[in-house]
Amino acid sequence: MDLTTAGLRDIASAVQTKKTSAVDVAKFFLSRIQTQDKKLNSFVILNEEALTSAQRVDEKIHKGENPGFLAGVPVGIKDLFCTKGLRTTAASKILGNFVPPYTATCVERLQEQGAIVLGKTNMDEFAMGSSNETSIYGTCHNPWNLDYVAGGSSGGSAAAVAGRLVPATLGSDTGGSIRQPAAFCGLAGVKPTYGRISRYGMIAFASSLDQAGPMAKTVDDCIFLLDAMCGHDKKDSTTSQRAWKRLHGQKDLKSYKFKVGLPKEYFEYSIEDSVKNAFWNTIEKLKKQGVEFVDIELPHTSYAVPVYYMVATSEASSNLSRYDGIHYGFRAEPPNKEWASLEELYATTRAQGFGAEVQRRIILGTFALSSGYYDAYYLKASKVRRLIQNDFQAAFKQCDLIMGPVTTSPAFKTGSRINDPIQMYLNDIFTTSINLAGLPAMSVPVGLNSAGLPVGVQIMAPHFGEEQMLSLALGVEEVSEMRGKVPHGVQ
Amino acid sequence: MLDSKAVMKVAQLARLKLSEQDAQDYQQQLQKVLENFGKLANVSTDGIEPLITPTPVDLFLREDQVLQSVTVEEIIKCAPESRGNLFKVPPVV
Repeated sequence: MDLTTAGLRDIASAVQTKKTSAVDVAKFFLSRIQTQDKKLNSFVILNEEALTSAQRVDEKIHKGENPGFLAGVPVGIKDLFCTKGLRTTAASKILGNFVPPYTATCVERLQEQGAIVLGKTNMDEFAMGSSNETSIYGTCHNPWNLDYVAGGSSGGSAAAVAGRLVPATLGSDTGGSIRQPAAFCGLAGVKPTYGRISRYGMIAFASSLDQAGPMAKTVDDCIFLLDAMCGHDKKDSTTSQRAWKRLHGQKDLKSYKFKVGLPKEYFEYSIEDSVKNAFWNTIEKLKKQGVEFVDIELPHTSYAVPVYYMVATSEASSNLSRYDGIHYGFRAEPPNKEWASLEELYATTRAQGFGAEVQRRIILGTFALSSGYYDAYYLKASKVRRLIQNDFQAAFKQCDLIMGPVTTSPAFKTGSRINDPIQMYLNDIFTTSINLAGLPAMSVPVGLNSAGLPVGVQIMAPHFGEEQMLSLALGVEEVSEMRGKVPHGVQ
Repeated sequence: MLDSKAVMKVAQLARLKLSEQDAQDYQQQLQKVLENFGKLANVSTDGIEPLITPTPVDLFLREDQVLQSVTVEEIIKCAPESRGNLFKVPPVV
C-alpha cells in the first residue's frame, strides 16, 4: 500500500487486519515530516508520544479489542486545539510556553477512534489571517509551488496533507480558515454547522463564528473524521444535541439528485479566469450527471466582509482579554526590575506577546464595542448579519444546496498581500457569510490552473445539512480533474 | 473617525502598550477598514433584531455530579509566577 496516496479507510483497515501496524504507519509519516517539512514549515510541534500511542493501538488489536475506525491513522492538529502535555501556542508568543493540562474534546474523540496525533500544525497567530504569514513560526509554504502561500489560517494543516506528510488534519474555520487553505492546496475541507463539533479546548477567536473541521485529500477521508468528532458534548453548551448519523459505512452516499442554487451576486466580483473556468466547467459536468441548477439571489453578499470583520474583531477583543501574563503563557520582563503597576505588566506583556495583526484586530474590536460606538458598529453589524442569514434562508426555499467559488483567485505569492489588510480581507468574500449565518460549507478540489495551482469549488448547505452536502461533494469529486495529481514542491 | 489619539485611548482600554509610531500605523490601516465598513450605513435595519448566535442553542441540563477535572496543581503549573496554590502578581497597593 502506498501510504502517501492511501485513504483513511485503507490505512485503518490495513492496521485493523494486521497487514501493517500503527507503529509502522506513524514511523513512515514521521520520517516524511523529518525529510520534507523543511520546505513547507507545516508542523511546528511534534508529539514525542506518537509512537507510544501507536503501540497502544497495536496492542489493542493483538488483544482482540476494538481499536476504533481510525485505528492507526496519523493526524495533524492545528495548534489551536489544546493537547494535554503537548505545547499549544496558537502560533503566538503569548502562549509560547503553554502546555495545556487537558485535551480538546474533538481531539480526544479522534484518539478514542484510534487516531495518532503526530504533532501540531502551523497557522496564522490566533487564526487571524488568510495566508499563514502572521504565525510566530514563520510562513508555511504551498507544496504545489513553494513561492506561494498555503492559505490560512489553517495553512499548516493544509500544507501537511497536500505534501503527504500526514493523511488528514484538524483545522478551524472562523471566516474561511479551513475552506480557503483547502482550496489553495487542492484538498477537501469541511466547515460544519455552528454547533456540530465541540469547541471545548479550542482556543477561542470569535465565539459566534468559530467551528472545527477536517481537512484531507478526499471527501471520504473528511467523512471519517466528522464521524469521530461530531455530536453533543456536555463540556460545550453551544454544541447541538442533534444526533450525528455516521456516514462512513453508508453505501451509495454519492448523489447528483439535488437542486443547486447559483448566487448571481458571487459572479459580480472580479474573479480570476482560472477560478471562473474551473467552476463553470464543474457545473457543466454536474448538469450532465443530472444536477439541476437554479439562479438564486443573496442580495447582502457585499456586506459580509465588513460585517464579519466587525463581529469577529469585537468578539476577539473580548476573548483575548484573558491573556494577562498572570494565569498562563508569556509574561514580559519588567523594565526596571520591578513593575510600576499591574496595569503596566498587562499592557507590556500583551504588546510584546501579540503580533501586529492580532493587536490591530484587538484595537478595532475594542473600538467597536466602546461606549458611544457600540450602536454604530457592533450592533449595526449584528443586524446586517441577520439580513445575511435571512438571504440564505430564503434561498434554501428554492434549492437544496448552493455552489460557488471558494476564493476569487488561487493561492497568491507569499508577501504580496500582507501589508494591505483590505485586500487580504476581501479575499474572504465567498467564505465569511457562511460563518455569519452558521451554515455548513466545504471546499472540493476540481483541478489545477495553467500555473499548476489547485482550484476548488464551494458547496453550502442549510443548517445541519452536512449529509446532502457531502453526498454532492462525492459527486463533484467524481467529475474533478484533481485525481492522481500530486504536488512537486515535495518528493 | 479614528485618529491616532483615539487609537492610543482604545489601546489603553485594551491593555496594549503602543508607541507613537505603532499608533500612527494602526490608525492608517484601521481608518481604511472603517471606511470600508461605512457602506453598511446604506442598509436599512429598522426593526431588524441583531443576530448573535447563528443556530438556536438548545439548553440542556446534566446530572449534578462531582467529577474530577483539572487539578489546582495542574492549573498553577501553567502560571508564569506562583507561590503555593496562588498566582503571584506585582504589589498592587
